[in-house]
Amino acid sequence: MNSSIFDMLGPIMVGPSSSHTAGAVRLGLMARKILGSKVKQARILLHGSFAETGKGHGTHLALTAGLLGMLPDDERIRFADRIALQEGMQVFFENANLGEVHPNSVEFFLTGTNGDQVKIRGCSIGGGRIQINQINGFPVECTGEYPTLVLQYADSPGMIAEITSILASDGINIAQMRVSREGRGRRALAIIETDESLKNELVEQIRRLAKMERVMFIEALN
Amino acid sequence: MRTYQQLVDKAVANQSKVGEIVLAQETEITGLSKEQAIIKMTRNYQVMQEAVEQGMTGQWRSLSGLVGGDAARLNNLRLSGKSLLGNSLNMAAARAIAVAEVNAGMGRIVAAPTAGSCGVLPGVLLTVRDILNAAEQDVIIALFTAAGLGVVIAEKASVSGAEGGCQAEIGSAAAMAAAAAVELAGGTPEQTADAAALALKSFLGLVCDPVAGLVEVPCVKRNAMAAVIALTATEMALAGIKSAIPVDEVIEAMSSIGRSMPCSLKETAQGGLATTPTGEIIRNRTTGLTII
Repeated sequence: MNSSIFDMLGPIMVGPSSSHTAGAVRLGLMARKILGSKVKQARILLHGSFAETGKGHGTHLALTAGLLGMLPDDERIRFADRIALQEGMQVFFENANLGEVHPNSVEFFLTGTNGDQVKIRGCSIGGGRIQINQINGFPVECTGEYPTLVLQYADSPGMIAEITSILASDGINIAQMRVSREGRGRRALAIIETDESLKNELVEQIRRLAKMERVMFIEALN
Repeated sequence: MRTYQQLVDKAVANQSKVGEIVLAQETEITGLSKEQAIIKMTRNYQVMQEAVEQGMTGQWRSLSGLVGGDAARLNNLRLSGKSLLGNSLNMAAARAIAVAEVNAGMGRIVAAPTAGSCGVLPGVLLTVRDILNAAEQDVIIALFTAAGLGVVIAEKASVSGAEGGCQAEIGSAAAMAAAAAVELAGGTPEQTADAAALALKSFLGLVCDPVAGLVEVPCVKRNAMAAVIALTATEMALAGIKSAIPVDEVIEAMSSIGRSMPCSLKETAQGGLATTPTGEIIRNRTTGLTII
């Protein structure tokens, strides 16, 4: 036995479906976290099974609840549409074909109370687990289980060493790391999941690296 | 531990319960202390009890309106003195439906092992608790037994309807409930394995064909059927009846049956009850979104 028994007896959640309800709440929560402020307006595109069976699974309520900051076991999820109205958060849903993506996919267009805007694409991959796949068109891979650093840079020798030594300088332990590139010397993508959260200065230090193009840091959900 | 038999052997060797072995392993794997793991499981137990209470009120309705009020109907029959099943089976079935109705109505439940099969374990275990007047600490240990079996099933086969059909969800839930109930009733570790095998065998081949793709029809009522089978398996094992096929082999059989099951019968709502004439009418009524 290698997995925790609490994955088998649990999670504690609001039904009816771990993928269409609990996962949808987590997608909403993650989207709110990435926006970084309260949500003023949300336009949400539902794809595949989310579009087909979302109504009966309360997927729209679950996504709204997540955007309001509720957790998957919050008993107010079934009233999320009313609570959104009370809090002045506008939510619009549309069914859409997002192409070759996971059947339980969603795209958020969010406007924050501070005017910030962000476009986020993610999916619910079963058992309440989720993945964020795109932020403002930028490909990411983020499960919300760990603080995640998404880096895009020009492939060159020593980049990974520079990045990891900046992390090590503040005692940050790397849990998982995936590096890929379009080709030698071309654009590279690194996704680094860490055990600890990163301070702003550390993220800025990485952003200042010579060949760095884009840096995105996403906090863990829990 | 790759097999349930290994858990049983360890429990026999240590003269302890299977649940205690599972608890000890959990602390090793996760780094949680024994106390923390017990607190976590106690929270699961509380949520199960709350879900039973809420569901028995008969007030819960699913968003589609297809499901609700049946737990109270069963309970009323019992209270009127007309139950044919008797108190224990009627209560186990009613409570299993109660929790599944709360789930369908967007209430709070514990996935056990999934949301769709969340009623079986609380339905069976709370009823055995009441029959035996069992102490909370013993119910908690029995929940560890159930969870330990669940992990073995998940690692050797699957507990997902999309991968293994309904047998993987409701069958696993029934097996977990039966093993836990035997342990709570003072049965031996071997008897927990027999009960689990007897229960799971009764669900082999069961497909996942949810009407309109929702966790409602036939899922909610199947929780009641599974609770009754789990209690029957418990009674048989406690009576000394053995399963001719050991539980780990039953789990492997379930896995291979699940792999050979067509996709149309694995949670896709493309076959079985979902494509009956009435199933199609319900699908047309519930599909699509018009919100706010």
